[in-house]
Amino acid sequence: MSNKLLDLRNISVCFDDAVILKNINLYICDGEFITLLGPSGCGKTTTLRIIAGFVNPDTGDVLFEGKRINNIPSHKREINTIFQKYALFPHLNVYENIAFGLRLKKMPEKEIKNTVEEMLSLVNLKGFGKRNINSLSGGQQQRVAIARALAVRPRVLLLDEPLGALDLKLRKDMQNELKSIQQRLGITFIYVTHDQEEALSMSDTVVVMDNGEIQQIGTPLDIYNEPKNAFVADFIGESNILDGKMLDDYRCFFSGKEFKCLDTGFEKNEPVDVVVRPEDVDVVPVEEGMVCGTVTNLTFKGVHYEIIVDIGNFKWMIQTTDYQPVGAHIGLKIDPDAIHVMKKSEYSGKFGDYSTFSDEIEEMSINDEEQE
Amino acid sequence: MKKNNTLAQRLLAAPHILWSVLFIVAPLAIVVFYAFTDSSFGFSFSNFSKLFNDGTVEVFTLSLAFAFCATCICLVVAYPLAYFISRTSRKTQNTLVMLSMLPMWMNFLLRTYALSFLLEDTGFLNNILASVGIDGVSLINTPGAVIFGMVYNFLPYMILPIHSVISKIDKNVIEAAEDLGCNRLRVIFRVIMPLSLPGIVSGITMVFVPSVSTFYISQQLGPTDFVLIGDVIETYFKSSAASSYHLGSAISLVLMVLIFICMAVMNHFSDDESTGGIIV
Amino acid sequence: MKIGSKLYMALVFLLLYSPIVVLIVFSFNSSNSMAVFEGFSLKWYKELFNNDAAISALLNSLILAFSSAIISTILGTVAAVGIHKMRSKYVKSVVTNVTNIPMMNPDIVTGISMMLLFALCGTLIGFGILGFWTLLIAHITFNIPYVILSVMPKLKQMDPRLPEAAMDLGCTPLQAFFKVEFHEILPGIFSGLLMAFTLSLDDFVISYFCAGNTFQTLPIFIYSQTKKRVTPDMNALCAIIFITILVLLLVRNFATDRQLGKNSRRKARN
Repeated sequence: MSNKLLDLRNISVCFDDAVILKNINLYICDGEFITLLGPSGCGKTTTLRIIAGFVNPDTGDVLFEGKRINNIPSHKREINTIFQKYALFPHLNVYENIAFGLRLKKMPEKEIKNTVEEMLSLVNLKGFGKRNINSLSGGQQQRVAIARALAVRPRVLLLDEPLGALDLKLRKDMQNELKSIQQRLGITFIYVTHDQEEALSMSDTVVVMDNGEIQQIGTPLDIYNEPKNAFVADFIGESNILDGKMLDDYRCFFSGKEFKCLDTGFEKNEPVDVVVRPEDVDVVPVEEGMVCGTVTNLTFKGVHYEIIVDIGNFKWMIQTTDYQPVGAHIGLKIDPDAIHVMKKSEYSGKFGDYSTFSDEIEEMSINDEEQE
Repeated sequence: MKKNNTLAQRLLAAPHILWSVLFIVAPLAIVVFYAFTDSSFGFSFSNFSKLFNDGTVEVFTLSLAFAFCATCICLVVAYPLAYFISRTSRKTQNTLVMLSMLPMWMNFLLRTYALSFLLEDTGFLNNILASVGIDGVSLINTPGAVIFGMVYNFLPYMILPIHSVISKIDKNVIEAAEDLGCNRLRVIFRVIMPLSLPGIVSGITMVFVPSVSTFYISQQLGPTDFVLIGDVIETYFKSSAASSYHLGSAISLVLMVLIFICMAVMNHFSDDESTGGIIV
Repeated sequence: MKIGSKLYMALVFLLLYSPIVVLIVFSFNSSNSMAVFEGFSLKWYKELFNNDAAISALLNSLILAFSSAIISTILGTVAAVGIHKMRSKYVKSVVTNVTNIPMMNPDIVTGISMMLLFALCGTLIGFGILGFWTLLIAHITFNIPYVILSVMPKLKQMDPRLPEAAMDLGCTPLQAFFKVEFHEILPGIFSGLLMAFTLSLDDFVISYFCAGNTFQTLPIFIYSQTKKRVTPDMNALCAIIFITILVLLLVRNFATDRQLGKNSRRKARN
């Protein structure tokens, strides 16, 4: 998994004065499952389209096995795509859709038949060959799209929000299936999504993007536990992000108190952002609390309660299994390993305060198409 | 962002652009050229000054007035019809739309001819009128017959776009209006009418433009020596005796400009860019 | 439905159809009277079919409509794809507006403008060129916008990822067009072709100015026959045309009805 297959170097793209991508540097290893994650308009789909060969970057190089492929048209690249709304050919049946790429390769008819059958069984659609595309359900169309792209044996498979149009349960099933297909075939998958859960559960590597820039590259664990800035911390999971200061190694200061932490390497008294995940906070009686506050809101979420606690006018979100009525005065205990300290960035102060609780609004805007 | 369009793809429209320049732009440029030159091809405004002195202005006014009348009558007749059609069942609607389209597929010369046949002094209608005691009514060769001819010829062009817009109005919108306290009449005036404006606008253009520029209808149904602006243009270009390309071009240019102004004004009323629901 | 609206519809359709019906009835009249039906006869039909000018005008019209429809469909389809792919909004709107001029301009202005062009060319090369070729050019010119008008919506409806998917799987752009895009816009191309054919067959005004003495189309023939006089064999022609159109429309309606039925059944099954 260590040899570089694809390499994007200093890629920038502008469109009508709007900067879509700013100096992207990214390499992708052979056999890796890598996910480009970010809100709509962050440039993730454009990055994918550059790799596929549908968009030419204004500056920068795209290398495939060390060779520059900027000027190689998409149809000559060993890279295939699964499109957002599948883009199946409506005038062809399932069999002919899957055979489409093979016929272009002038493969003998017998081999085509074998490959198509093999692909149909790979995606659990045996016996669907004669079916009309429009008579298939969303999930089945999705499988045909996967089979069609895999039939031509690509080195890299690009997936552009492939599960976006499916309902929740189907999406979970397809996530598992895609992951197992990838592991079985050992093909490099480059996956684009705005769904952080999808990204964390499927990928070897996650690339978090915003505003045309890469914010962080790392394993799902790294990204979740060691977010680089307030944007990543907020976009991946829930976070309370506080304005604080690093007093010394292992000692930080926020919410008017000094806390022990595990972070080092900051200057003395350097202003920092402090991240505390809502599930890492323990609710304790007031006397035992490191900080105290009043519950202002309570939502039952099934596994746990989500409560909003007002501590010195900063609203914290806490996930707890104990019921806490609105108005209750409670104390919070924060262990050193629950505290993550980040350097200040352009995102400081923009995220991580739950005084305006707006999950739904964000999700709605994410569903808009990214491009055009 | 650069889409990877090849040179060939970018040149796809080229033959069409070349064709348009040769056979749309160039001819119009020639019209402008003829309009602003005299018979020895020297630049002059004489064609236009002549228009104001030889009674062409009056013909223009008359043509506009006739076309305006015809358009209004078409609108008044067609709107209720289109509305009634849209309220029938889907199957009946298809048949009725086909019925209103059918005359449109016939050549307008034949339609006008059929009408003149009916209205002729010794024709079928007069014969019936005479048998009930109304004698000697002159139906054909009157200004009224010309307007009637325009209405008869162009009525389908008004019905279809209006119907296609009305039939696409979301039924929920109408129910919402009723829910909010509109009675049937109010629904028509405050919801359906405003929503069908694009259809009305395209219907008006589709009736007005051919009406104002017609020459066959006035020749066939109008009194002798009755001329509309189309007849004047036709004479300047086709009659060997009174031919003058320069004067004809000047009139055509004025007509074209007038119509484009009218259309610009009309389109201002409907923000819909498309032409409503043109034929078929 | 209320009786009033039914009555109103009946009245309007009576107005639309009575001249045509009367004309058709009188086309079977044995005399040339316009008022009294004196007996059934097919003599006007016989006369029409023995009229060489009428037959050759009909053939001319068909040839002209056929060739102009084919050429304008090819040109218009290619143009629609080209315009659709244009990236500059400004160029796109200029081209579209120029294309639409023949559709918005009164026919008579389009007619005389082309006539002037052909006359000028004729003067330059020394002899008149009005005839089949000038008619063909004129008809192609006014057909193209309608072809574009019917192809363009299909292009816009098409998922832009479809041709990309084809290229992704190994098609060159040209192959992608013929293997995928073409199938998607085929209904639009077909209705454009049909529209061009009928418009061309039907056109009088523009043809009137662009035809010389050598090539007469059916509408021009009708014009010369009916100007200020009544000729009963024109009644026969009118009847034939009306019946032809009626049959064609009925067939089309029947076909679309069946199509609709099929589709709704298919939907119900899923």
